Amino acid sequence: MRYLHLVATGVTGLLLILGSADIPATGDPASPASVHVSPRYIEQSYGETNVPNMVTAVLADYRSFDTLGEVTVVFTAAMAVLLILRTGRRDEDES
Amino acid sequence: MIEDQESIVVKTVCRLLTPFIQLFGLYVIMHGHSSPGGGFQGGVILASSFILLAIGYGVTAVKRRLSLRALMTLTSAGVLVYAGIGVVCVLLGANFLDYGILPLPDARSLGMLGIEIGVGMTVMAAMVSIFHELITFE
Repeated sequence: MRYLHLVATGVTGLLLILGSADIPATGDPASPASVHVSPRYIEQSYGETNVPNMVTAVLADYRSFDTLGEVTVVFTAAMAVLLILRTGRRDEDES
Repeated sequence: MIEDQESIVVKTVCRLLTPFIQLFGLYVIMHGHSSPGGGFQGGVILASSFILLAIGYGVTAVKRRLSLRALMTLTSAGVLVYAGIGVVCVLLGANFLDYGILPLPDARSLGMLGIEIGVGMTVMAAMVSIFHELITFE
């Protein structure tokens, strides 16, 4: 069983190393991430949103659905932690 | 569980630092448009000020001022503010979270500020409530 784990880890690692050979170089202007929507953000985000910080413009305007999901994740995580930690506890310190 | 500190040095430093940390947290939230920052970062800075107060004065003293009920209300209200701004945009006839329709000057910028405030409320209250519950956990 231990050898099975070893083989699975080795095969997965080999696949990841093979896949990483196709990653575009850092800062490559022709990589797919730099030619799809990034030029539009860089050129027009200030004109469209009037917000100098491009990161905020992308996070809070163009991709605000994504940020709403992040806030919901934080909310759900807090609720889950409180549910777990307060199981079987009386509310003696509740005000 | 963190108790009330005996040391006057620790208490004084905590008391003096807290308003400045809170002011900086509010600045990071309100200034997220034009400098690095935003709701997540500012909310965590605000939460750290309450954690510092709990270190100096004990967690029960902080809980008296910021009860679990208030923290839960803040956590939920932050998400409500965020989604509510989106729903207001829908009611005004635009897409969900399309701030341009809001009847404000510079509406896109102000809509972003509104949702950053919501994010800050949720993150701050979530961090502080998790800290309180972990620190009082037996």
